[in-house]
Amino acid sequence: MSDINHDKVLETASSWLDQGHKVALATVVKTWGSAPRPAGSQLAVRGDGEFAGSVSGGCVEGAVISEALDAIKDRRTRKLSFGVSNDQAWTVGLACGGQIEIFVECVD
Amino acid sequence: MKRATLHALTAARLSGRPIVLATNIDSGEELLIDPTLAPKTSLDAAAREAALKDRSGAAEGDARAWFLNVFNPPLQMYVVGAVHIAQPLSRMAALSGFNVTVIDPRTAFATSERFPGLTLITEWPDEALANIALDMRSAVVTLTHDPKLDDPALAAALKSPAFYIGALGSKKTHAARLARLKALGFDDAALARIRGPVGLDIEAQTPAEIAVSILAQIIAQLRGAQA
Repeated sequence: MSDINHDKVLETASSWLDQGHKVALATVVKTWGSAPRPAGSQLAVRGDGEFAGSVSGGCVEGAVISEALDAIKDRRTRKLSFGVSNDQAWTVGLACGGQIEIFVECVD
Repeated sequence: MKRATLHALTAARLSGRPIVLATNIDSGEELLIDPTLAPKTSLDAAAREAALKDRSGAAEGDARAWFLNVFNPPLQMYVVGAVHIAQPLSRMAALSGFNVTVIDPRTAFATSERFPGLTLITEWPDEALANIALDMRSAVVTLTHDPKLDDPALAAALKSPAFYIGALGSKKTHAARLARLKALGFDDAALARIRGPVGLDIEAQTPAEIAVSILAQIIAQLRGAQA
């Protein structure tokens, strides 16, 4: 049985690279309160927008994928914060009331 | 992340080795740490602790902030005794992410009909465990009450770094068991690793309820909860 925390995200990212795709990784690095996924949870994003894994219960993946695609283009790392206290609460935020910090990096 | 780092991580996972990736979130600097080696730096020690608790998170190292991402191999559970309680316990443990192996030389008990889809070993526990490297991701639970089967398994577990060792049996049975193991040369500190009577005290009655109490105790031990 696969490791529930990491599933096969890294293996998927690795096979995408081997196929010649560009790949970025997003990792939950800090959580406060009732965050949906623990620190260490990962989302791999492919250059064409395909993705695997998760950093939340689906609440912020859209925004993270968009930042990951930008990271693939400019090769810079990013730190993202999401929470209900955020201005974006009604558009992108966590319904559970938790807060999360996500590190986004290009793999190269 | 560097491509070489990603490949090193996936190679470690493929071979079943634990590995910790330390990332400096400000600089992007990366270090791969083997948590099974004796720590040389405070960051190594923090990585080892994170791997033992199976918990990724922030750590200090060289006065800089690092994020430690723990990549542990799957948890292993070795259940000695293909008895009634072993049936719900092995299924619940598999759902919780454990690779489960059931050991019982009594072939009437250890059948694939009673334990579908699980690894069954129909050897004596000491023979079976001699071929298995119990590590810090292993839990051993004895359920037979029979000293001929339970004691050799407990002795093997006590000689290993298994994170959890539990033995089914009443307080009286457990006291007699500890006396036997003491006679084999295990001291009080070693014997204190055995959780017996096994499981959290939730007044469990049925085999499934007892399985819940055992699995809850194992998870509490894994996560470092006071239970």
